[in-house]
Amino acid sequence: MPDPEFFGAGFPYREIGDLPGKLIVLEGSDGVGRSTQTQLLRMWLEDEGFAVSDTGLRRSEMTQKGIEEARKGHTLGRITMSLFYAADFADRLENQIIPALQAGFIVLSDRYLYSIMARDIVRGADPDWARKVYGFALKPDMVLYLKANVTDLVSRLIHGRGINYWESGMDIHAANNLYDSFIEYQSKLIALFDQYAEEYDFVTVDAGRPVMKVFADLQDHIRDLLEDQQPIIEEDF
Amino acid sequence: MLRKNTTPGKLIIVEGIDGSGKSTQIDLLYKWLQSQGHSVYFSEWNSSALVKSTTKRAKKSKLFTPTTFSLLQCTDFADRWENRIFPMLKAGVIVLADRYAFTAFGRDVARGVDKEWVRNLYSFALQPDIALYFRVPLEIAVERITSARATLKYYEAGMDLNLSESRIESFQLFQERILNEYDNMVNEFNLTVIDGTLTVQAQQRLVREIVKQELVGWKGLPAPEGSPFKFVGPEISAGKGGA
Repeated sequence: MPDPEFFGAGFPYREIGDLPGKLIVLEGSDGVGRSTQTQLLRMWLEDEGFAVSDTGLRRSEMTQKGIEEARKGHTLGRITMSLFYAADFADRLENQIIPALQAGFIVLSDRYLYSIMARDIVRGADPDWARKVYGFALKPDMVLYLKANVTDLVSRLIHGRGINYWESGMDIHAANNLYDSFIEYQSKLIALFDQYAEEYDFVTVDAGRPVMKVFADLQDHIRDLLEDQQPIIEEDF
Repeated sequence: MLRKNTTPGKLIIVEGIDGSGKSTQIDLLYKWLQSQGHSVYFSEWNSSALVKSTTKRAKKSKLFTPTTFSLLQCTDFADRWENRIFPMLKAGVIVLADRYAFTAFGRDVARGVDKEWVRNLYSFALQPDIALYFRVPLEIAVERITSARATLKYYEAGMDLNLSESRIESFQLFQERILNEYDNMVNEFNLTVIDGTLTVQAQQRLVREIVKQELVGWKGLPAPEGSPFKFVGPEISAGKGGA
């Protein structure tokens, strides 16, 4: 088993040791269907006999309330927001993700640092700074990128939960109305995701198709990753 | 390396381990500068209202790791930086800060985070025009702190590092590490060392001399006549300093 790899210095004060689990990340735009796929994958993997843990942004016990409060106000600065999210991410990594991987779990992460960095950079953060902030982060075993174009996103959201303030980048006044703002903001994010896909070796999956088709593709990729960990065979029954 | 301050304002900060006497000195400096008719804004470490409830919860339940501690303190600093310190400097105000990025560089590295990583976190901040480092021998600082307070707090004493079962001993070992980091930063960040064992008045005389030199020929934001400068804006709580 190779030693865990980090983007930078990791956690120098802590011995991490072997991580027999697998960290699988689902990345992609708002409304692309990440959480639906995460749920389907979890059910499938548990059915195959794997212990699964899932996590997503802003779910840390330490920072969740604070970030939610901050998002309601009007004084949350750009750098402050980046760092608050980084604290949330670090807390979940050290206190949830790494312990689960040590115990051999498959961790499904609904988004990872790529989404946070992309949002920071669209809001004007220095890309080099943002990257180095996440020097403590563990490199995932696989990043599945659910790729869709902006038109698909609009259709999904309008027929779904609607377009919201943050997902439209209204805080940075990308445009003077919600719709144009959404298009402009999400297009910038997609451009960054595409760039990261090359740079960080994402597995790109076309998300502009029916849910079960996308799911089948994701299953194939995950089977490849778990090749050495055969599922429980139930032929004897 | 921090970027040079090219704003019309002046940034003056104090640093030193707990018990070095820096807060007393900056408080005297604050009052003196106001009495001289300057527009002065004072900012204290760990005092952003935005981050306060999170820090409180994390301290109470001992949820911090060195990394999350570092990130949350930098979040606190960033909030003060974006909403207060930087706009004040742009307006031509003298900003006084009780502790600055160097506190993080000292404490967080003493806790074991990567030195370069924490320097990058704070790279949005500017190099102060004057950075005063109040240097006292470890024994004196420890004596001052332990005689003034009944108990040392968990994180303040560095108990999270498991250096010792005893809070006082842990505090000593933790402060010793921080002291070493400060000493290394004197050249790196051009800190002006003030001998913190001198009398309060003797130190203040030195401080005023250094500040006077810096302000020769400088014109900042004029203070309204008759009233000491007071910033009015959205509420930001005046928290208590310390880790």
